[in-house]
Amino acid sequence: MKLEKDGSLRERVGMIWWVAALAAYFIFPDYRGFGASVLVMTLFALSFGLALGFAGIISLGHALYFGVGAYVAGRMALAGWQEPISGVLIAGFVTGVLAIVIGFVILRLNGLPLLMVTMALSVIVFEAANKATGITGGDDGLVGISFKPVLGIFNWTLDGNLQYLYTLAWLALVFFIARRVVSSPYGLSMAGIRENPLRMKLLGAPVLRRLVVMYSLCAAFAGIAGALLTQNTAFVGLQVLSLETSVDVLVMVVLGGTFSIYGALLGAPVYLIVKYVTQQWNPFYWMLVIGVLLMGVTFFFKGGIAGWLTRIFQGGRTE
Amino acid sequence: MDQITPAASFILLYGVSYGIVLFVISIGLVLTLGLMRVVNLAHGVFAVLGGYLAFNLPSLLGIGFLASVFITLVLVLLVSFVLERVFFRRLFGMTELEQVLATIGFCFAFIALLTFAFGPNVLATKYPEWMSGNFSLLGRQFPFYRVFVMACGLVILLALWLLFDHTNFGATLRACVDNQSMAKATGINVNWYFSVAFAIGAGLAAIGGIVGAGMLPLEPLYPFKHLPLFLTIVALSGFGNIKASLVVSLVVGLVDTAGRYFVPELGAFTVFTLLVILVLWRPQGLLAGWK
Repeated sequence: MKLEKDGSLRERVGMIWWVAALAAYFIFPDYRGFGASVLVMTLFALSFGLALGFAGIISLGHALYFGVGAYVAGRMALAGWQEPISGVLIAGFVTGVLAIVIGFVILRLNGLPLLMVTMALSVIVFEAANKATGITGGDDGLVGISFKPVLGIFNWTLDGNLQYLYTLAWLALVFFIARRVVSSPYGLSMAGIRENPLRMKLLGAPVLRRLVVMYSLCAAFAGIAGALLTQNTAFVGLQVLSLETSVDVLVMVVLGGTFSIYGALLGAPVYLIVKYVTQQWNPFYWMLVIGVLLMGVTFFFKGGIAGWLTRIFQGGRTE
Repeated sequence: MDQITPAASFILLYGVSYGIVLFVISIGLVLTLGLMRVVNLAHGVFAVLGGYLAFNLPSLLGIGFLASVFITLVLVLLVSFVLERVFFRRLFGMTELEQVLATIGFCFAFIALLTFAFGPNVLATKYPEWMSGNFSLLGRQFPFYRVFVMACGLVILLALWLLFDHTNFGATLRACVDNQSMAKATGINVNWYFSVAFAIGAGLAAIGGIVGAGMLPLEPLYPFKHLPLFLTIVALSGFGNIKASLVVSLVVGLVDTAGRYFVPELGAFTVFTLLVILVLWRPQGLLAGWK
């Protein structure tokens, strides 16, 4: 009974989100470029939210897959493969496979060692990318990238019209898949692993393999987000691989709420809009705001925005 | 042979002094993790705070460097004692994720405040005359500063060894690390020891920040920039194992220096690759299970 009610509530709030995302396209025509970058980060946050919220994989290196996806899309375009949709899919495939290899090694760990290894791995890849100027362009980044029109019809523009709608379509697709995965029996076993890995193991579930599959799926989504960033901006900078990007996405997800996949959808736009506004005043003002926000979320605002909304809609009842 | 000896002495001198700075900074982190099971991503804050105070106080107050270091230490001890009571204490028993978020938030807020106060650039640090200068060894010039760092490290090591292994305070503290509830049951005021240990850790980090400013330049982003390094050392040290953290810090210092000496184009790549392999090999800590 209760589950059903919460479910329909979530559906309603979810619908509002998609309507608002479409409405924003028409209401703020001057901000479509910024809007597209918000949607890219929302997709990235969604991928991380799945890993963190549903698999319980705590990581400070998720930008690794975002960045690799971005560079794969960029290098492919430079090599002549300029069809955008297949470019995104290939980038997602590459990061997904990469995550299988990495996942089998690192997902044996949890807690602090896992946190540290993911962080160190992303530092390693960042350093390597910084030095491998032949592949990544180093500090200058990859420039001179161009893509063919989407579906052969829609041309890339500077005002971000296509970017916005194209990214929104990808986000909708990934969200649809993510929701199916979460509500599937596989998603349920994932929740079991998150809550009690030992018991799941005793029940005969192949814990490591399931974690790796989930991790790989999340990495593929992150790679898709990275490829979209490349296509939207026609540029790849080293920033996509940095520790800051990993921390950004972690904060977005937690701000939105880790217990629901809607958390990422809410956290990323709020985070980026607040960032956009405060950075107009002073870039370091932003760090103060985000620092205070982070401490606030941990101490007073558990469950993030999604948790807060749930409480409001349920008339003050807490779960 | 003519090539090898200078190279070896360079790596030894630079690597060991670098490792010692890393060790002095991470002790506090190892202690908080061992004592309170708190993952404190904001520990670098105390190092950079110490550095900024120590190098700015002489011109602000018109005092000498040593007096400034002394005042800095007193200030950092006080500030960290209070912060432990009002902030870090609240992180007990929270999940690792929550601890990571709260402390990284603290770290960000501090970086912003430091930038407001001193600007975003690297702080110009100048050690007093008697610490600078060179000496020659095996036909190569070496800065005296590196030897001074090693001497500082030795003094701190000796002091820590006396404190932890040969005083009542140290024995009580070790009891708290090993078995908190048993320590409580024997009437030890565990909370007070937490605060004091935290303040000691912060004070040592401040010393590390001051002494190590020649290797880890002081800038507002310092606590975030060097976070992967500090955190890796702590993860490899195991919970609350200070002796292991000395070994790990020295290994990191030597490998990083050797890596940058022989293959400078790889940068931090070498040392982080080693660290990842070590953590995967021994997730419980490098010396876990050793007696």
